[in-house]
Amino acid sequence: MTNIPETGRTPRVQIRLVIIQILVVSLLLTLGGRLWYLQVRNGAEYAEEASGNHVQQVVQPAVRGSILDARGVPIADNQTRLVVSASRTDLMKMRDDGKGVLDKLAGVLNMTPKEVGDKVRLCDSKTPQPCWNGSPYQPIPITDEATPKQALQIRERSEDFPGITAEPTAVRRYGAPGKSNTAQVLGYLSPVTDDEINKAKDSESPYLRSDQVGRSGLERTYDKQLRGKAGVTRYEVDNLGRVIGKADSDRAQPGSNVVTSIDARVQAVSEYWLNDAMKKARDEFDDNTGENYKADAGAVVVMENKTGRIVSMASNPAYDPNAWVGGISGKDYARLTGKKSNYPLLNRAIQGQAAPGSIFKVIPTTAAVHAGYEFNGRYPCPSSYSIGGQVFKNFESQGHGSITLGQALEVSCDTVFYKLSHDQWAKDGGNKPKKDAKDWFYKTAHEFGLGKETGIDLPNEVTGRVPDRQWKKDYWKANKDAWCKQGKKGGEYAEQIAYENCLEGMKMRAGDSVNYSIGQGDTLVTPIQMATIYSAIANGGTMYNPTVGKAIVSADGKRVEEIAPKSHGKLPMDAALRKDIDGALADVATKGTAAWRFGGWPQDKIPMHAKTGTAEVYGKQTTSWFATYTKDYSVVMTISQGGTGSGASGPAVRKIYDALYGLDEEGNQDLKKALLPEPQKSLPKIQPDGSIDAPKVKPYKPAKPKPPTEQTELAGPPANGRRD
Amino acid sequence: MAGTGGFTVSGYGPERSTMSRLFARDSILRRLDWVILLCALALSAIGSALVYSATRNRTELVGDDPYAFVIKHVMNIGIGLALMTATIWLGHRTLRTAVPILYGLSVFLVLLVLTPLGATINGAHAWLVIAGFSLQPSEFVKITIILGMAMLLAARVDAGDREHPDHRTVMQALGLATIPIMIVLLMPDLGSVMVMVMIVLGVLLASGASNRWVFGLLGAGALGGVAIWQLGVLDDYQIARFAAFANPALDPAGVGYNTNQARIAIGSGGLTGTGLTKGSQTTGQFVPEQQTDFVFTVAGEELGFVGAGAILLLLAVVLWRACRIARETTELYGTVVAAGIIAWFAFQAFENIGMTLGIMPVAGLPLPFVSYGGSSMFAVWVAVGLLQSIKVERPLSA
Repeated sequence: MTNIPETGRTPRVQIRLVIIQILVVSLLLTLGGRLWYLQVRNGAEYAEEASGNHVQQVVQPAVRGSILDARGVPIADNQTRLVVSASRTDLMKMRDDGKGVLDKLAGVLNMTPKEVGDKVRLCDSKTPQPCWNGSPYQPIPITDEATPKQALQIRERSEDFPGITAEPTAVRRYGAPGKSNTAQVLGYLSPVTDDEINKAKDSESPYLRSDQVGRSGLERTYDKQLRGKAGVTRYEVDNLGRVIGKADSDRAQPGSNVVTSIDARVQAVSEYWLNDAMKKARDEFDDNTGENYKADAGAVVVMENKTGRIVSMASNPAYDPNAWVGGISGKDYARLTGKKSNYPLLNRAIQGQAAPGSIFKVIPTTAAVHAGYEFNGRYPCPSSYSIGGQVFKNFESQGHGSITLGQALEVSCDTVFYKLSHDQWAKDGGNKPKKDAKDWFYKTAHEFGLGKETGIDLPNEVTGRVPDRQWKKDYWKANKDAWCKQGKKGGEYAEQIAYENCLEGMKMRAGDSVNYSIGQGDTLVTPIQMATIYSAIANGGTMYNPTVGKAIVSADGKRVEEIAPKSHGKLPMDAALRKDIDGALADVATKGTAAWRFGGWPQDKIPMHAKTGTAEVYGKQTTSWFATYTKDYSVVMTISQGGTGSGASGPAVRKIYDALYGLDEEGNQDLKKALLPEPQKSLPKIQPDGSIDAPKVKPYKPAKPKPPTEQTELAGPPANGRRD
Repeated sequence: MAGTGGFTVSGYGPERSTMSRLFARDSILRRLDWVILLCALALSAIGSALVYSATRNRTELVGDDPYAFVIKHVMNIGIGLALMTATIWLGHRTLRTAVPILYGLSVFLVLLVLTPLGATINGAHAWLVIAGFSLQPSEFVKITIILGMAMLLAARVDAGDREHPDHRTVMQALGLATIPIMIVLLMPDLGSVMVMVMIVLGVLLASGASNRWVFGLLGAGALGGVAIWQLGVLDDYQIARFAAFANPALDPAGVGYNTNQARIAIGSGGLTGTGLTKGSQTTGQFVPEQQTDFVFTVAGEELGFVGAGAILLLLAVVLWRACRIARETTELYGTVVAAGIIAWFAFQAFENIGMTLGIMPVAGLPLPFVSYGGSSMFAVWVAVGLLQSIKVERPLSA
């Protein structure tokens, strides 16, 4: 026997057993530490992940709220239609990617296989419309106009149509009450994109895969209110998605209704007469261009003076907003976005900008008074004004002797403003401007709110432009390279202009300030800006943010949230000056440039104020502008390439007033026929169940014009007056 | 390996004297390590509850009877206890004489797995399905490797011939282990191979074999690992598991899914857990193989840090007591067997729990005493029987 200890182990074994024990303990301690780290330190994080794991949501979409006119007439609501949709996920599982099923479906729906195939393909940078830009996991609507028979065929032969559903669904309807179209104001909906879902994921109102989102107009501005909140039922599911319990559920909250200040009847009248005026303009011959007026676009705005609320807003060319419902077809999309159709999606009342012509003159009038000129002083109105050899003509080269600023407005004398503006330009240093140049004429334009949005509750309003010194510099910087390349000394007109611009385009030249003073040149305004200014002159000087939305009414009618008028400032004129300008504008309507359009107008009962404008655009026909107001309403109309202000727009504006106040051609008022002799103050009546009373609207039928009498002939354009 | 031989061979008196013998001061019952036994029983009991929670709503497995798996699990524990009792009656020294037969039988069974009799379950071709019962022979190989190596290594030392096993003996012992390990590697049941390698290491350490062998084996293990990786012995799914371990975010819907869901389950349990059967990860069956390899995630989610920690603690007590048995027994044979069992339990528990915690790659190994599965349950209880037998130090029968 060796000297092995009684336990039978050598020290080597003994030590190794201790090592084993230490190893075992450290392994277990490692596990314990890791367990503590996962469960205690980071437990909350994992608990959250686990809850996201096992909960699936079933979404019950909320019914979108309606858009109502001021009297409660729905101009956008919902309708139940039979929608046939295809599940891409199911189709892609098939051997031929579902082509066979779609072809069969096309046969049932009386569509071509290509039409159907185009609807279900996914949009990407290379795929033109039509295509699906929503989530690929969401059923893609193929048609929302399926007949009950077609729907039945699809449902009864469901084994022939795997992945295809035909179900009644609430879809948007733009009902065009009284033939009012209101397309651009209403806007449209289209399916939510993945990007939007991701962006809104953690916000208060996340999107659902099936959501339609307002893309323009009221549908976009009030999207959040109209959309409501989808009902979500959360189910606990297992790893295969099988339901193992119900976690909780939120009921769907239908979207609120938006009551607008639009009056569908006035809207229909405005649209009718805008279109009529443009049609008539196209029959007129333009001496300057030697062809008929194109009248390619136009807009009219009717606004309440004391609130800034929009009673009607029409933009031409228009389109049928129902084209968007259920996914737009390729043909329709091409038509709506093409140059040929002249972009009917644009709301030209807020997105169309042009030089204002003479309706701008209330601004230089105010500027002149600010600069120290007396309103009732005497200023020469020659037939032309020349600066260093360059001749600036009065409109139709007429002179009016020595007149007041008020008369200059009345007869729309350009040369008065040429001189005042030129004098001020010289005072400010001329070609070498002083550091503290007063720039009265430009500063005042800014104070009238030009060059920035009016803040109307419609998206993508454009700002227009005040061509002041800063703008000239910026514009020159941006364009000098092109100008200097194109410019040629003593070349053609365009080349000569480019040459001059290249050399001194950064400077405010005498000619610039002269042109600017009568609203020509680089000045740009929108109809809504001019409506805001003229209604402010009417209401005592408050420039209201124009609003279309008047109140948000919850679906149950219990919550009514009125949208109060908001102003963005006061006109830069004191009460006396406002009164002077107000008087001059009344004179325009009674004896000035607009008088021939207001023959027989009951001026004593309904005082009319007006200003005409005819803006010249290089290379195009003149823009017709007509800005008017009464005590309660302002109406501003413009027609691009339409001719003169009173000539092209005058009759239409008069017809709109006739309809508002119930006047016939002779100016006799019949209040029964008056659509809106006073602005609609009250909201439509809301029933206890939340439904909103809506009067019936008959389509607008213009009264047949009486055969022209001698009297109306006499009231035609003044032989020696101007008619811009 | 079970039998009633102990009763017949012992030649003791009638039943009454057997009873009195049982409760005598130096009786087997008094000398048993009750702490190990109770801890192992507690682990099995917790395991039963976890198996119930994990399977009660898996209708594709249990049909209409939510208790189907628990009943089988408890029966397995019962059989395991019977096997333990038999092992104690026989004693480890008796079994030493039967080692050649047991070893041969177990190698034969693992070889059978490679024949058409073998079945693939959960991607591992490691099963024998005989008459409706599935058997995992690699579990029994773990025991026979321990017993066989211990027999060879301790024989001359216990006989007093040598202080430590000589090189030849060590080589013989390694050869004995290598044969079944290679077969299991061919299945391939990588998890079992890792455990067996650890067992070999533990046995060699405890046997007092020269340091050269110990370090040599460590080096060979590392080289072998590289070789296995390079030679393509592994199936794609096994490589993918390792890749997912290295980077769990790699493929959260695919390979990384198991580990990710397991970690979510354990993490979401927090301090006290959701309560038995209340865990959403478990109820929703987000973690695969939750009654077997991933049973620890049920504990983590439903019993929380307290319950999962208790499992760790119970395992720690079992291993601590096993270490004591290894140190206190008089023969090297017992020491080596106990060390092999310690290496087995410790590594298998570490690998199994470690993979659910995301600190070890996924390998198909059950958690001793807790996981559902007959072969594993029988094997660990036989191992407990061996530990008890070493503790009791009953003299060699016959």
